[in-house]
Amino acid sequence: MEATSPNTAPPGSTNTIQPPSISQQDGNPSNSSTIQQESSSNPAQYEEQHVHTVYNEIAPHFSSTRYKPWPIVKTFLQSQPPGSLGLDIGCGNGKYLPINPSVFIIASDRSSGLIKFASQHQPHSAIIADTLALPHPRGKFDFAICIAVVHHLSTAKRRRQAVHAILETLSGKGKALIYAWALEQRDSRRGWDEGSEQDVMVPWVMKKAKRDLAEGEKNETTFQRYYHLYRKGEMEENVEAARGVVVEAGYEKDNWWVICSRGKGFEEGKEL
Amino acid sequence: MKVLTLNFLTCAVKACKTTSASFPLVPKECELVSDTIAPNPTLLTNLLPRVDWPALGSIAVALGFPSLSPLPPTPADLENDTKMMADLHTLLLETQISEGSLVCANCGHEYKVKEGIANFLLPNHLV
Ligand SMILES: [Zn+2]
Repeated sequence: MEATSPNTAPPGSTNTIQPPSISQQDGNPSNSSTIQQESSSNPAQYEEQHVHTVYNEIAPHFSSTRYKPWPIVKTFLQSQPPGSLGLDIGCGNGKYLPINPSVFIIASDRSSGLIKFASQHQPHSAIIADTLALPHPRGKFDFAICIAVVHHLSTAKRRRQAVHAILETLSGKGKALIYAWALEQRDSRRGWDEGSEQDVMVPWVMKKAKRDLAEGEKNETTFQRYYHLYRKGEMEENVEAARGVVVEAGYEKDNWWVICSRGKGFEEGKEL
Repeated sequence: MKVLTLNFLTCAVKACKTTSASFPLVPKECELVSDTIAPNPTLLTNLLPRVDWPALGSIAVALGFPSLSPLPPTPADLENDTKMMADLHTLLLETQISEGSLVCANCGHEYKVKEGIANFLLPNHLV
């Protein structure tokens, strides 16, 4: 799933929400508001409503705006030797699948609307699956990409678990590229920066052509998606918490990314 | 859902991951279709050592194909025998499960395949 969007609203119109995970993060539940307690008591349900349902609703429109791969992702995929076995976790419409047709990638996404698009890219394969319950054997894959996915998980624990789940699929030599929206993006039209609220709702405006409108129907619908904006160093912290090793890390166009692998102390099946 | 893909899938239930019974998932009441996919001998030759051959054999039989040879072909076999390469390409990449279920032999959970796409989202009680 994608981070940057031509349809996201300018700064100021982004709604700030209470981080659903605050009571778990700081161990001080007395600070939590009712909203926080509701969302942290069932983060999966919260994400179902504020991420997955939205992507299913906007799937065709979203997919028609997704075609340009980010350079870091392209380079990573092109560097995999022919016959490598990989995963694209949270593949959305599968826009990275055409980059290297000499490897075999199993792409997964929770959105049945988006996975239909992803399934059209040969020689790869597409399935509906959850990042935190992947149906793959452990320790098998040469590489994995997880692009613009972990920022949709609404608690710190679930973000760490996602990184652990990705590392779990990798062989000892395997490498994963993880990419998420950055808090520090002062040059973007959204204007977030260091110190801004990290848990936000970002609008997606879907416009309908006049001729497709029913009588009295509004020509645009706004959907709100939940994002956790990663601050500098936060993704590396997630990798270390999962006992992974950061091989390379950087910043590319409003996003933080890491290439990571299993560390010496990595444990399969561990609860983080 | 390609036959090759089944070799890299297991049950999504965490407790099943450590049991050998959860792999491979067992195809049940599956309808097959055939796609035309451009052959890529290098991809297949390099990928073959990663394929669990006995698991592939049991899946092939469950889907109604004849038994495979007891051992996987070597890169030399594949290079010298274009028919063997073509057959493997057809079985692994072109044969698709369009409808049916994949069953975990450990917990019994059935994952549905619809319009060629398998759904591994778990019901709440299994998460
Ligand atoms: Zn199972």
